[in-house]
Amino acid sequence: MAVTRLKGSRRLQIGLLVTLTLLAPFLVAAVLPKDRLDALYHAYNGGGVEVDGPSILWRKQFGQYTSVNANYYIDAISSASIDAVTSASPYKEERREKSIGGDFLLNTAIMSLGYTVSEENDFDAKTASVSLSQDVFGDLTTVSMGYVRGWDQIGKNGDPQFSEKANRQRYRIGVSQILTRNMIAALNFETVSDEGFLNNPYRSVRYLDSGSASGYSYEPEVYPKTHTSNALSLRARYYLPYRASLLGEYRYFTDSWGVRANNIAFGYSHPHGQNWIFDVRYRYYTQDDADFYSDLFPNRQAQNFLARDKELSRFNNHTLGLSVSYEITPKDWFFIDRGSINLSYDHIFFRYKNFRDLSIGGVVDQEPLYAFDADVLQIYLSLWY
Amino acid sequence: MNTRLVIVFLVVILLSGCDIKPWVKPYQRSHLADPIMQFSRDPVSTAYINHVYEAREGARGAEGSQGGGCGCN
Repeated sequence: MAVTRLKGSRRLQIGLLVTLTLLAPFLVAAVLPKDRLDALYHAYNGGGVEVDGPSILWRKQFGQYTSVNANYYIDAISSASIDAVTSASPYKEERREKSIGGDFLLNTAIMSLGYTVSEENDFDAKTASVSLSQDVFGDLTTVSMGYVRGWDQIGKNGDPQFSEKANRQRYRIGVSQILTRNMIAALNFETVSDEGFLNNPYRSVRYLDSGSASGYSYEPEVYPKTHTSNALSLRARYYLPYRASLLGEYRYFTDSWGVRANNIAFGYSHPHGQNWIFDVRYRYYTQDDADFYSDLFPNRQAQNFLARDKELSRFNNHTLGLSVSYEITPKDWFFIDRGSINLSYDHIFFRYKNFRDLSIGGVVDQEPLYAFDADVLQIYLSLWY
Repeated sequence: MNTRLVIVFLVVILLSGCDIKPWVKPYQRSHLADPIMQFSRDPVSTAYINHVYEAREGARGAEGSQGGGCGCN
């Protein structure tokens, strides 16, 4: 089952250059982001997986033209996921991510540079990014474009000889547009192109095996060496007459592995008094499965590419979320202008359409379909100075 | 083909604005400047929730987050 690699990257590179050239005569002023410090604690619990840790973001302006930022992020992972339980073993690990970046005011544009290092005991990733943002047409429109390059080094616990690489590239372009005095919209497009070892070295696929007591056996999954995807999103915010706002979002996704996905989201933000902001939101996501995905292959090495990753299966999820933010307006904190304390909670319902729960057992290929709920909690403090 | 169409669409939209004077003046943008009108009020929170989704869904991109690694099995 061959997978065709799209040739969109070259076209997009040319398109970005053409767009930038055409826009050059209409460029006007830009503003650097404000100085701030954010300290966040995050916790995810769902499907036998628990992930928690801190994220610290610091941003500081130096002079009139430069703003630097640094982020330190940890995922402490304890996994007894359905994959780990049925075809591997539960594990604990930690991922540490360190980022530095700078925003530079160049005449009327903002250029941003960033570099991120992510480390796990069996996976290292380095990512460099550059982006350009520009207000045009009397500040009604903001155009942004960016390029991200990533280098992954993949290992495998218990196999010191295992060493694979993957290279990743992202091309982004976006337009944010003021439509009326009460409405703003943003259109974003992104192409992602990966090349190298793209599957999980621990994950297996299952196939029918009459010689096995369970009726099936496992073999390692095999992915194509390339993966190219395109995503287009449209978002809009509308200001209501009584100081509240509505948010609407839609994204369409397609890739060279045959996955098609759509997600739609709605949000409502409601301030109360001078200090409180309440947010409620709903998000729906649905996707088709990849061309080479199967919950149960008919025999061993049934085709050239094999996947039983539930993220490549046909499934949907619903998210219900709410956030509360309390703004602090200190009078005697000598260098703090203002701050906010925030609590955010999301509940996600994952429902799989062709990925079966083998931990329950049953007749082969008649096992119940897998489903789980996840809780996502964020508590954070933001300070502007 | 999809990529080419999107680029042409974006360029046409952008160029169509060349002859249009700003129809929302700076002094008319008080509502738009309200924090509740921002697409992302808190960058660390947005980056985190985008990572939660990207690690568990096949789709990726066009949501504004960056980062590396997985932490997703």
